[in-house]
Amino acid sequence: MRLVVGVKRVIDYAVKVRVAADKTGVELKNVKMSMNPFCEIAVEEAVRLKEKGVVSEIVAVSVGPKQAQETIRTALAMGADRGIHVQTDMRTDQDLQPLAVSKILKHVVEQESPDLVVLGKQAIDDDANQTGQMLAGLLDWPQATFASEVNIEDKSLKVSREIDGGLQTLAMTLPAVITADLRLNEPRYATLPNIMKAKKKKIDTIKADDLGIDLAPRLKVVKVEDPPVRSAGIMVDDVDTLVDKLKNEASVL
Amino acid sequence: KRGSLVLPIRRGAMAMRAMTRCGWRASRRWASFGCLNETQEQVREMTRGFAESALFPVAAENDKLHRFPAEVIRELGELGLMGCQVSEAWGGSGLDTISYAVAVEELSRGCASTGAIVSVHNSLYCDSVQSYGREEVFEAFLRPFAQGEKVGCFGLSEPGNGSDAAAASCVARRVEGGWRLSGTKAWTTNGIVGSAAVVFATFDKSLGHKGISAFVVDTGADGFSFGAPEDKLGIRASTTASLILDDVFVPEAQLLGREGDGFKIAMKILDSGRVGIAAQGLGIAQASIDLAVKYAAERNAFGKPIASLYAIQHKLSDMACRYDSARLLTWRAAAAKDDAKPFSKHAAMAKLAASEAATFCAHQAIQILGGMGFVSDMPAERYYRDARITEIYEGTSEIMHLVVATNLLKEYAALDIALPAAPPKHAHHDHALSHAAA
Repeated sequence: MRLVVGVKRVIDYAVKVRVAADKTGVELKNVKMSMNPFCEIAVEEAVRLKEKGVVSEIVAVSVGPKQAQETIRTALAMGADRGIHVQTDMRTDQDLQPLAVSKILKHVVEQESPDLVVLGKQAIDDDANQTGQMLAGLLDWPQATFASEVNIEDKSLKVSREIDGGLQTLAMTLPAVITADLRLNEPRYATLPNIMKAKKKKIDTIKADDLGIDLAPRLKVVKVEDPPVRSAGIMVDDVDTLVDKLKNEASVL
Repeated sequence: KRGSLVLPIRRGAMAMRAMTRCGWRASRRWASFGCLNETQEQVREMTRGFAESALFPVAAENDKLHRFPAEVIRELGELGLMGCQVSEAWGGSGLDTISYAVAVEELSRGCASTGAIVSVHNSLYCDSVQSYGREEVFEAFLRPFAQGEKVGCFGLSEPGNGSDAAAASCVARRVEGGWRLSGTKAWTTNGIVGSAAVVFATFDKSLGHKGISAFVVDTGADGFSFGAPEDKLGIRASTTASLILDDVFVPEAQLLGREGDGFKIAMKILDSGRVGIAAQGLGIAQASIDLAVKYAAERNAFGKPIASLYAIQHKLSDMACRYDSARLLTWRAAAAKDDAKPFSKHAAMAKLAASEAATFCAHQAIQILGGMGFVSDMPAERYYRDARITEIYEGTSEIMHLVVATNLLKEYAALDIALPAAPPKHAHHDHALSHAAA
C-alpha cells in the first residue's frame, strides 16, 4: 500500500515571530525554518505503519520554494522512501492557501494512486486546518481529522479522533485522508544511518505553475500587525463597578 | 545567509607549494568556510534536538551522582552515534569527520560527560580497531561497539607516564598464540563500563617507542580488572578508572597493526581524537555562551539588563570570538582528515584553541552570572568543572604547542626561503639619494 504524506516548511516553532516592517506579513528573511510539527507527527505515523508492514511505500510531498527540499529530505531521513517537491515562489504562509494546496495534492494523488494520505492537522504559520478536509472533499474520500490513534486492518481504517467532547472512533474504508493531531505519536529522531541513506533517495521536482491549477489566493491579507501591548490591570472596589466596566469599557457583556 | 570567502590567489610556485602542504587546498574544497552542507546540518539538527530533550534534563543529576548515563548511551547507539565513523558494513554510520565533530559538539553542549564518552568510544576505540585491527576481530570487537551495545576504552597513559607515551612500562610477553600483558593503565575514560580496551604495551623496553605494540583486549579476560572509579572534578557522569592487567592473554589476531607500530598508531589515533575533544570543548563553550547571554538579557542592574553594559558585552564578544575561531580550526582539521591530508598540526591547533575557549567561556559565564554562577542551581559551575579536563586529556595543551611548533618548523625547513637580509644596494638608488642631498 502506498502512502502520501504532506510536509510543510514553516518558521521553526521556537523562533520569536516578528511582523515585517511593511506590515504585509511576518518577517521570513534569515529566520530559521523547519518542518511543521504536525507534519512531523504525520511522517512518524507513516513510518510506523510501514514498520508494521501495513504500508509498503511512503512518498513525502511538499509545496514550496527550493528550500522545501530540505524539509522533504528530513522526511526521507525519518523513513519516507521518496519525495515530490512542487516548486512555487508564492508565500506559503499566506498567499498559497489551503484550497490551492489541496488542488495540488489532488493532482499528486491522481499521479501516485496512494491508499492513504496523511497530513498534519494544521500548519503553525497559518493555523488554517483546512487542507486535509478540502483534499478529502475534492477526492471524494472519507476523512479522519484530528487523529489521535490510527488502526488499519485489510482495507479498513479505524481512527480515534480528539473532538471537543472527548474521543470519537470512526471506521471507514480506504482510500482515506487522515490529519494528525498532537497526541497521535512522538516523532523519532532521524538516525545517522537514515540521514546517510536519505542522501540517495530520490526527490522529483515539478512546477506548481505547470499544473494548470488556479493557485490564486481567495483571501487577501490586508495588514499584519503585532497584538496590542497588554495594558496593566486595574483593581475595582465592588462587583457593580466590575460589571459596569465589563459592559461599557471592555464591551464583553 | 551563506556567503563565500574569497581566498587571495598568491602567485608564486613556492608560496603555492607551501600552502598546499599546509592543507589550504583541502580546506578550500569544503564549501565556504564556516558553512555546513545539508547532511551536516541534518546531523546537527538531530543531535541538538536529542541533546535538548534527553541530555539537558539529566546532566546535572548525573554529574551530582557520578552516574554513567547508560540509558542515554543505549539511545545514542540506536541513533548510530556510537559508530559515527565506522563503515556501514560493520554497523556504523559512515559519517564524514565534520559531521562527527558537529555531533560531538551538540552532545557536549547538553552534557560534556556524554560528549567525552562518545568521543573516546568513537575516535579512540572504534577508529583504532577499524583502522588497524584485523578484519577477523571486527565481528567481536567492532560491530557491537559501533551499534552501541558495548563501550570501548583506550589505555595509553600509565601512572608513571602520560605525555611521555614512549616510556610505557606495561609489558607484552610473547607466548604461544599471542602475548601476555601485565601492567597498569591510568585515567582510562569508559573504564568500568568498557567491554574492550585498546591497550599499548612494550615488548622490548630497550627499543624505546619502537618497542610498543597496540592490542585490543577483552576486559572480561582472565587477569583483567578495573581499578576504583576516579573521583573527578568534572565530566563526573563518565567513568574513569585504571586498567589492571595481570598476565592477560591476548591472542595473535588481536594485535593492532604490526609489532612495534604501537607508538605510531597512538599518535595517529590521538590526532583524530583531538578533533573529537576539540568538539567537546566547543560544546561546553557554546553552552556557556548560551547561558551567559540568556542570563545577561534577563538580569537587571542599575536599572537595565546587564547585557546593555559594555563590560558584559566585551566578555560576550571575547567568548564568541574564541569559540568561533576554535570551531573553524576544528572543522578545518576535520576537513583535512577527510581529504586524507596530514592534519596533526590542524588537530593540535583545534584542540588547543577549543579547550582554552571552553575554559575561558565557562569562566566568563560564571563571572557574568555572578553568585548565581557559583551555585549548582545553574549549570555554569558544571561547565567550568567539565571544561578543565579538555586542556589535559588526549594531549595536554603543552604537548599541543609542541606538536604545532614541530610541524611549523618542519614546514619552514622544507621551504627554500631564506630569511630576508638587508635590502640589496642599487646603483641608481644611491645616485638618486646623492642627487637629492646635493
